[in-house]
Amino acid sequence: MDSASLYLFWTFGVFAVLIFIAGCYCILLSYNLIRVLIGVELLIKAVTLLLIVAGHLSGHPALAQALVITLIVIEAVFITVAVGVVQGIHRINGSLNTRLLKELKG
Amino acid sequence: MVSLFILAPLLAIFALNFMFRRLGRFAAFWVGLLFSLAQIELVLLPRLPFWTNSNFILNDVFRFSLGVDNFTKLILLSSGVVLAVVFVITKALIDDEAKRFDFFNLLFIIMIGINGVALTKDLFSLYVFIEVTSITSFILIAFDRNMHAFEAAFKYIMLSALASVLMLSGMSLLLLVCGATGFSAVAQSLAASPNNFTVFAVGLFLCGLFIKSGLAPFHTWLPDSYSSAPAPVSVLLAGIVTKTAGVYALMRVVVSIFGFSPSMKLVLLFVGAFSAVLGALAALTQSDIKRMLAYSSISQVGYIVLGLGSGSALGVAGAALHLFNHSVFKSLLFVNAAAVETQSGTRDLDKMSGLAQKMPYTGITSCLASLSAAGLPPLAGFWSKLMIIMALWGAGFRMYSVIAAATGVLTLAYFLSLQRRAFFGEVSEKHLGVKEAGLGLVLPSVVLGALVVLTGVLTPFILKSVILPLGNILGG
Amino acid sequence: MQLNIFILICLLAASVWTVMTRSLLRSAIGLALVSAILTILMFNLNSPIAGVFELSVCAGLISVLFISTISLMEALTMKEVIDRMKERLRRFWLLPFIVISAGIMLSLFSLKFNLSLPLPEEQMDVRFVLWHARQLDVFAQVVILLAGVFGVVVLFAERKKEG
Repeated sequence: MDSASLYLFWTFGVFAVLIFIAGCYCILLSYNLIRVLIGVELLIKAVTLLLIVAGHLSGHPALAQALVITLIVIEAVFITVAVGVVQGIHRINGSLNTRLLKELKG
Repeated sequence: MVSLFILAPLLAIFALNFMFRRLGRFAAFWVGLLFSLAQIELVLLPRLPFWTNSNFILNDVFRFSLGVDNFTKLILLSSGVVLAVVFVITKALIDDEAKRFDFFNLLFIIMIGINGVALTKDLFSLYVFIEVTSITSFILIAFDRNMHAFEAAFKYIMLSALASVLMLSGMSLLLLVCGATGFSAVAQSLAASPNNFTVFAVGLFLCGLFIKSGLAPFHTWLPDSYSSAPAPVSVLLAGIVTKTAGVYALMRVVVSIFGFSPSMKLVLLFVGAFSAVLGALAALTQSDIKRMLAYSSISQVGYIVLGLGSGSALGVAGAALHLFNHSVFKSLLFVNAAAVETQSGTRDLDKMSGLAQKMPYTGITSCLASLSAAGLPPLAGFWSKLMIIMALWGAGFRMYSVIAAATGVLTLAYFLSLQRRAFFGEVSEKHLGVKEAGLGLVLPSVVLGALVVLTGVLTPFILKSVILPLGNILGG
Repeated sequence: MQLNIFILICLLAASVWTVMTRSLLRSAIGLALVSAILTILMFNLNSPIAGVFELSVCAGLISVLFISTISLMEALTMKEVIDRMKERLRRFWLLPFIVISAGIMLSLFSLKFNLSLPLPEEQMDVRFVLWHARQLDVFAQVVILLAGVFGVVVLFAERKKEG
């Protein structure tokens, strides 16, 4: 790969890492369980971006798109189940505070 | 015809759910048991036409690229055993028919996921099937819908999502370099041009797999999930899900794709030793029986990775054998824990004592499993631990070999503590009325106990013919 | 390329806004916005079909799921909400600085990789690849959707006791 493509990948890669940082920040510092899930969603978006860029720059856009389509389906089901668990917690406790999840000790 | 392993359970789900209610619910247990036993039988009897027949009708419709080797067969065997056990104890433990039917459906999906992980030849398909098992595990952990279950499920969801993101980013970097995701294609590209970029990609992918396997320092989800899940789910998770979707995937990826570079071996040895020691030390301090078993799982998985990290054929074969042994004896221990919990009503080790007099089968099989885990001859665990320790010594990693042996002593210590507190001694007053658990729990524990003894006794005879080739076929 | 960098900056700004905004509903809308911008990026990067999937599923289905969940939950009392919002900025003001400084640091890295990348070009259609080469993934998608269905049944349904 010539240096122009490498420069391209580096640019996209840096932005993906920054979105990853934003997502991690959201997960670690939120008080609300739903915001934690939004942070996870941001992480998955960053990875989707990386996959598409890798596919584009390596000359295999078709394969990357196939992978991304599967990933999007997985992500949708994952979020559904996670929201189900969060709703269950809410139904029992009446609140979505992350500090509630401290019952089970290490 | 190998694709039947993943197609048959799907057909079963459709058939059972579209039948009449009563018939479907009644049939689900028997169909599930039949499939698991069929899986065991197919692996043990070398029916060549099944494994190599490519004139199968469905192969024209479904063009799956699935690969089978001895390691795959080992996983199929252990998953068949554990799934059969889980089907039986679910029938005994869950009384509500509708809930039980949902549970069986989810078990069929996990069967597809585990078989898919074992059979696939592609990195991304490996990831997708790992996700199938993970998502189904979230649902199963949260099955009882109480607060502890939801909390454990949520922690597992968080760490699993992080692991998935790490695996996918490693995979995208590998896609950039190799242009494909099949095992052989990636292995060829990695061998052709090693540089720091690919090392970073491989590292990311491995970190994701470490989290899924429950290795320290990424193990925090494991004790909560194993202890707060309903009893059949604990058996399932400890016996097969973490082993396949985590440890087997790690072993397959390291052996078949990434290869044993010196830095890879050091990373595996360090992580393995850390997990083994941490798990053993933490298990000593627990008073909840299921949590102690969960930390013990972390320790034993550390052993498996230590064997893998030695890099020699003997080490890899020992790791594979220990994976099978651990599936068997850990499932047995969790079945015993379920029996103790249902009969005595508590999971707290300090509150029980002398149960062996009231629950003889549970006591004896639990003793067998503990001794196998601690590595006493002639039980199965002895052989696999011996192979790992010898492989480490022979590969020059003397210090790790000593650590492994020392952890064996710690393992013996906490299991003896478990046995003494729960089973030996005088029966406490509140447990005077305790009876042996029902047939649904005793039968699987007796079968698993017999398997532990049988594997231990047979190992020296089949060592040359069956077990050592496991290491060689993997190119270790 | 300049256009792509501009879109990337918009993407980053939208995600930072999603994390930092006070109201939960705006956060969910921000997530939909991130998905939409990602779709535009995908169209520019020669991946239109994946872009369409991303738009319809993530910016559509998942955002609807989040917004319906948020509206269905009376999570906190009013007073708690106001207290929480006041000190929210105190926790989250650090994020833009972290992002910008990390961005500057990373972009100053000089690239020293000698990547010898054998990259055979191929001109295949996504639909062909998905249907013929990656059938196992399609099968696994069906299984995952089934798992999702059972998950919804187990986690959400209120079961009546059978007599």
